[in-house]
Amino acid sequence: MAASRVLSNAARLGSCIGSRHRFIRNLHIRGISSCVDPSHGLTDEQKEFQKVAFDFAANEMAPHMAEWDQKEIFPVDTMRRAAQLGFGGIYVQPDVGGSGLSRLDTSVIFEALSTGCVSTTAYISIHNMCAWMIDTFGNAEQRERFCPDLCLMEKFASYCLTEPGSGSDAASLATSAVLKGDHYVLNGSKAFISGGGDTDVYVVMCRTGGKGPKGISCVVVEKGTPGLSFGKKERKMGWNSQPTRAVIFEDCAVPVANLLGLEGQGFNIAMRGLNGGRINIASCSLGAAHASVQLARDHLLVRKQFGETLSNNQFLQFKLAEMATQLVASRLLVREAAAALQDDDAAALCAMAKLFATDQCFDICNQALQMHGGYGYLKDYAVQQFVRDIRVHQILEGTNEVMRMIVSRNLLSEI
Amino acid sequence: MSGRVLVGVKRVIDYAVKIRVKPDHSGVVTEGVKHSMNPFCEIAVEEAVKMKEKKLIKEVVAVSCGPQQVQETIRTALAMGADRGIHVEVSAKEYESLGPLQVSKILAALAKKEEAQLIILGKQAIDGDCNQTGQMTAALLDWPQGTFASEVTLEAGHVKVVREIDGGLETIKINTPAVLTADLRLNTPRYATLPNIMKAKKKKIANVKPADLGVELASKLQVLRVDEPPQREAGVKVESVDDLVGKLKEAGRI
Repeated sequence: MAASRVLSNAARLGSCIGSRHRFIRNLHIRGISSCVDPSHGLTDEQKEFQKVAFDFAANEMAPHMAEWDQKEIFPVDTMRRAAQLGFGGIYVQPDVGGSGLSRLDTSVIFEALSTGCVSTTAYISIHNMCAWMIDTFGNAEQRERFCPDLCLMEKFASYCLTEPGSGSDAASLATSAVLKGDHYVLNGSKAFISGGGDTDVYVVMCRTGGKGPKGISCVVVEKGTPGLSFGKKERKMGWNSQPTRAVIFEDCAVPVANLLGLEGQGFNIAMRGLNGGRINIASCSLGAAHASVQLARDHLLVRKQFGETLSNNQFLQFKLAEMATQLVASRLLVREAAAALQDDDAAALCAMAKLFATDQCFDICNQALQMHGGYGYLKDYAVQQFVRDIRVHQILEGTNEVMRMIVSRNLLSEI
Repeated sequence: MSGRVLVGVKRVIDYAVKIRVKPDHSGVVTEGVKHSMNPFCEIAVEEAVKMKEKKLIKEVVAVSCGPQQVQETIRTALAMGADRGIHVEVSAKEYESLGPLQVSKILAALAKKEEAQLIILGKQAIDGDCNQTGQMTAALLDWPQGTFASEVTLEAGHVKVVREIDGGLETIKINTPAVLTADLRLNTPRYATLPNIMKAKKKKIANVKPADLGVELASKLQVLRVDEPPQREAGVKVESVDDLVGKLKEAGRI
């Protein structure tokens, strides 16, 4: 692939350094073509955040992303190192250990981290979402109890909304929480929970009241609580560096002190969390697409057929240009939504950004794979992992179909 | 002793970027190309920050010479833990001919002005590969130098430096004030943390002109031409040892 490029970089470094102790293996993407440069339009400070995230991704994640995928390793140590840099609670308030950054800063960071490993970054974003929910809706005692550990990733979190019987129709969830004395007793199960079984803190949406969204509350369930168990680890197409399991509640008694916000507020908390989650997932797709465009470009400059490099082929030139344009357009929409979310509920804009970016970026990664020809299909090349990893972004945190529901309601509702 | 360490940081083309020579062969393409702090300068900053954390010194001052963009590099040093920065303003035109001699004069003048106890630099920049600035600065100041440092121990009035040399490792003891240059294995630079990046925003970067330091930037060197290294050519297979010896003699190698 770009082995010759790697060797020439190594030679340039090697001439003065010998063995570079932070040498990037075959595929980390740092040279950036101007028109897709992700630092366009950012403040100096945001460029610094982005630089740290890119460096961390290149040095600590990219060299391992294939192994984590193949061996299904949940890279706890690496994530804890990321947390030490402040990536554990990026938009959580500083008084409980968070970094207190904006949604836009967060998007920039996840986009950069994703170039190192989409699956791990996506999990880190879910963890961040849960930490934010507790930070925002928890009372002082809950914030003190949970957030510092979550921000340092001493403890890991999972978001539990989906059930076997309620995916897109989330408000119809059935896990019940009956108040008995000073405990809620939970019964039911959650499906497809990212981190499930390996994480410590579960933010669970459950039914304390009547039907529909207003009967739903949000409680925090800690691992080790009697009655909390897990299903088998799912075997997935991608996102293999995070385990996915069903989370099962059988007469699981959770202290009333773990109720986040008020009874009946749970659905609202869940949706507010997801607005940010959607920006984060879209940002992860952006990172994968950015990496894939760089990989495709490098390949076109190296691979020869019919006596010349593929980069001389007009179809491929045009295709690459389209991919780059899709990428920048997606990035702009995601960053716009992130900025809007900072001040406002912005649910429709977040839905648009998630819908557009995840679809466009999957297409970009898929095209990048195609440009690699047969090599693109081999696990020796990273592009297939980007494709496999971001495919699910069009499905979770609200399917792209549900995103259309949100946008159309915004357009058609009478206010 | 003032307990102040001056660290020179240079903004260079990022080490992972493929370098391209300008069509007119006057230099390399820098427009639109990713730049970052010279890796050896990162190691120098890290060493200074570690000394401060061990309370061996009091203040780390990051210095860079160049046009407006070098402020990014100073900010990176601040985010790693330097206390304040000094931007020596050099116009883009003058920057093209700014070399180790001019930079050493600037650093020497600053070291005197700031009453620095130590100057720590990277051993060389990955663009020029000159490996001269540290040595020249020491000479101009008439200070001892500990170059290619792979281990530094600061003690009262002197520094023990383990140097990487061709024959292995050499340990020297030099009096302070001194100039040190960092080699690869001196330390592993830290990532800036998000909180530190935010704190860095509040740290000051002072602007200084070379003329204020009494330094003339005129260079006596002129770059005539820049070319890519020769393309690697195919090797030749030989049948026997005699053939090999014959070929080597032909090529004047033995």
